[in-house]
Amino acid sequence: MESFVHVVIILMLVTTAIAIVRVKDLFAVTMLAGIYGLLSASFFVLMDAHDVAFTEAAVGAGISTLLVLTTLSMTGRFEKASVKPQADYRPVLALVLVTVTGALLIYGTQDMPGFGTADAPVQTHVVPRYLNDSATEIGIPNVVASILASYRGYDTFGEVVVIFTAGIGVLAMVMSNATKMPVVQTALMSDHVVLRIVSKMLIPLIMLFALYVQFHGEYGPGGGFQAGVIFASAFILYAMLFGLTAARNVVNHTLVQLLSALGVLLYGSVGVVAMINGGNFLDYNFLSDDPVAGQMLGILLVELGVGITVASVMIIIFFTFTARSQKEGEAD
Amino acid sequence: MSIVATYLSWALLVIGGLLCISGSVGLLRFPDFFTRMHAASVTDTLATGMILAGLMLQAPTWIVLAKLIMILVFVLLTGPTAGHALAKAALHSGLKPLLPGKSGVLEADTKPSGGV
Amino acid sequence: MFTAVTIAVLVAMALALFRAYAGPTLYDRILAVNVFGTKTVLLIAIVGFLMGRPEFLDIAMVYALMNFITVIGILRFFEYSSPGKSANSETVKD
Repeated sequence: MESFVHVVIILMLVTTAIAIVRVKDLFAVTMLAGIYGLLSASFFVLMDAHDVAFTEAAVGAGISTLLVLTTLSMTGRFEKASVKPQADYRPVLALVLVTVTGALLIYGTQDMPGFGTADAPVQTHVVPRYLNDSATEIGIPNVVASILASYRGYDTFGEVVVIFTAGIGVLAMVMSNATKMPVVQTALMSDHVVLRIVSKMLIPLIMLFALYVQFHGEYGPGGGFQAGVIFASAFILYAMLFGLTAARNVVNHTLVQLLSALGVLLYGSVGVVAMINGGNFLDYNFLSDDPVAGQMLGILLVELGVGITVASVMIIIFFTFTARSQKEGEAD
Repeated sequence: MSIVATYLSWALLVIGGLLCISGSVGLLRFPDFFTRMHAASVTDTLATGMILAGLMLQAPTWIVLAKLIMILVFVLLTGPTAGHALAKAALHSGLKPLLPGKSGVLEADTKPSGGV
Repeated sequence: MFTAVTIAVLVAMALALFRAYAGPTLYDRILAVNVFGTKTVLLIAIVGFLMGRPEFLDIAMVYALMNFITVIGILRFFEYSSPGKSANSETVKD
């Protein structure tokens, strides 16, 4: 039965991908991409990759759809390229290239170990160590969280810096709009009364749920990345329904910018404190007298840093894009 | 008690599953947006409620039960709200429902929107 | 029995997927996406019970939430992407 569900979901993934290629309305493409995210997240759930599914559901199906939509509101709704093919439009070459590359990739998979075999490198290299020793070394039940935040703490630090850099990049490109209040635009969706009231009821629940995801990440699926995205989506929902100006009154833009840096700073500081206490960078064993307590404290702080940075960067990107598109709308 | 609960749960699940399919067939087959919306959103709420209630009767621990209740509350809040907003937006944008007698012509939304 | 319901939900998802592809109006697609999201929530919940690990429900909750926010987002940006004009006319230039 499980493999039947797998096959059906993969078939639907392929169908969605073909539909994405064929549809020319970019809004529809965005929606289909959202469906693609939901489907692949379901697939990850079926493969027991709960943390990945969580991230895919929050990022792939949720926030990236919203960011693409803001972009579309600036650019336009329809794909232009293939509406009227030019005389020298030759898709054959591209098709041959893609086919050959695909065939090579499929040929390459022949050498890979079968799915789930016991002697595959992924099962024999470092995974046994993580699975056997995580409970005694780190002391938290969710091995994914212990790998993400402790064993692979450097990599996660790198990811947080990447997200922070993305936020800086967006600000650098559209800085002139970001610091001032560009438009006095009140509440675009003011006629949707039911929507506004229900959302007002939901926003506190969403934030509470984000906090649960943040601090329950050591015990179940979840963690800083997912929690940050969910937390940001609450503010984004508010901004969409009540207008950007109202949302800016709630979250001060300067404060959000500071917070996005603060998260990275918190993460780095944990590493530096570990160094001062005599260990390596990000070696949480040295944060406390008891190594396991040190690990738990370190993971908690690090995940908090990740959550703060992710949430603030998402808010920054969304607000900046929305401000820009509203300004352009007014200029015409 | 437990046998009653089990049979009740199966009944709820089966009816919920049937409603799921019938709602989706309506979504696929009905002639215009508003009828499709009727088929989809009405059965959506009911089917979700019944299936989740069926699962609740079989919840192994109270925390699973609590999470199922939270999902149900969430879906019951968001589903009809999204449906209402959608119908309102569609009506405001000039999409007219098909009426019997003089079949109102649907305003062409997106002529080159691909699809069929 | 969980199997039967899983199949029912999968069938419903496939039909909704077809409606999302076929359109014809953007609102049909939004509706289909909404239905699809709800069905995914159900699928995750049922599959958890089917495989004997009903701890997946956190993920179903995120789905329900993100589904709502996405639909609102699409409505918001579609309705107001062309200010002053009918929302379902093609936005050539704002």
